[in-house]
Amino acid sequence: MNWELLQNYGPRMLQGLMVTLQLVVIAISLGALLAVPIALGRMSKNRLVGGLAFAYVYAVRGTPLLAQTFLVYYGAGQFRPELQAVGLWWLFRDAFFCCALTFTLNTAAYQAEIYRGAILAVPRGQSEAAMSLGLKPRAIFRMVVVPQAVLLALRPLGNEIILMIKGSSVAAIVTVFDLMGVTRLAYSRSFDFQVYLWAAVLYLALVEIIRRVWDLIERRLTRHVRQH
Amino acid sequence: MDLLGLISFGPGGWGNALAAGTWLTIRLALATLPFGLVLGLAIAQAKRSDNRLLRAFGNLYTTVFRGLPELLTIFIVYFGGQIALQKLVNLVVPGQTIEISGFVAGMIALGVVFSAYASEVLLGAFNGISRGQWEAAKALGLRPFPTLRLVILPQLIRLALPGLANLWLILLKDTSLVSVIALDDLLRMTGIAVRVTKEPFFFFGVACLIYLAMSMISSIGITAIERRVERGHRRAA
Repeated sequence: MNWELLQNYGPRMLQGLMVTLQLVVIAISLGALLAVPIALGRMSKNRLVGGLAFAYVYAVRGTPLLAQTFLVYYGAGQFRPELQAVGLWWLFRDAFFCCALTFTLNTAAYQAEIYRGAILAVPRGQSEAAMSLGLKPRAIFRMVVVPQAVLLALRPLGNEIILMIKGSSVAAIVTVFDLMGVTRLAYSRSFDFQVYLWAAVLYLALVEIIRRVWDLIERRLTRHVRQH
Repeated sequence: MDLLGLISFGPGGWGNALAAGTWLTIRLALATLPFGLVLGLAIAQAKRSDNRLLRAFGNLYTTVFRGLPELLTIFIVYFGGQIALQKLVNLVVPGQTIEISGFVAGMIALGVVFSAYASEVLLGAFNGISRGQWEAAKALGLRPFPTLRLVILPQLIRLALPGLANLWLILLKDTSLVSVIALDDLLRMTGIAVRVTKEPFFFFGVACLIYLAMSMISSIGITAIERRVERGHRRAA
């Protein structure tokens, strides 16, 4: 243990951890909002809407997050006059914003597939029973299908949050000082390999805490449907 | 602005550079796959073992490498491996400096991550094979290793294929992370092209399309392999 190094960079690494958390919370929550219309689009009977939603999901899931981040962050620089004209340049100039935007768009595609899968996994008998009770299609979807789909989506959503925590480390490559960014800075100044191991411990702790908390939430929310 | 000229293969075009980068990406992914699979199989075996220590090791390995960001694993293997190897070499030949190849470091890091996920997929597949298969092989007088190779693995492949195919697609995308340890993969070559031409949106867009094409071709290949391993296993209609 190099205590001097810890004194110098420990607090900054914790700040970096907070930046990582901010990125993940923003991306996951805004991504969830965006994922709902995409998931509905995927299930739409309109072929154009369905095709567009499919193309979006396929393109995002088929390309690396790092390449997407480069496309947004460096690509935006090319449209500087246009972005300045609409008054958005101050946002796209900021690496944190570009990362938050890219991660949101990225997780929206993955979450859309999670929600679609969950909705399709609700047994048909549920909507048929609701129909026989005289409920209208909208009410069936809102009151019967969605509450059950949410429970089915919990587990894959927990995995997606963990993947986002890990994926958010690419922000460091476009100059964001998230946990990985601070670690790289500390290493480039101290050449002490320890900092990478500290970062590993912090990431592992974060992932394990989230995994366990998520497990608890899932247990609590599904307590009425557990068999045993 | 002649964008198509920029990705042509002639002089002034970046086609050759992008093709070289794509080729390295493909080579890296292909080299990682067998390494990751064998390691994954070993970890799965450790987790199935009767030995408590081995089981604990397998579970720890999976928890650690599924929890760490891939990027961090790459840095740890690249820098840490360098330091460890240097110390080892200096024990034998003092003063000798040694450099670890980015390709090998990338392969090890990606392979370790791949194996952590693959071991879970394989574990699930092992559980999908009934005990009777092992017992029948034993009754025929097969020893453990031939049993694994001749009886279990052919069935295991069918059960594990969907999960492993998914991991392959993830691996293909994760190769982009090695560009940060100065390995001339597709993304890094694209970055170089961008610095020279000042056309980031176009070039990174092209890189995304190349990754997408690789995913699509993989999907076609996976479907073909799936069809092949499903032969002789008729589904009840």
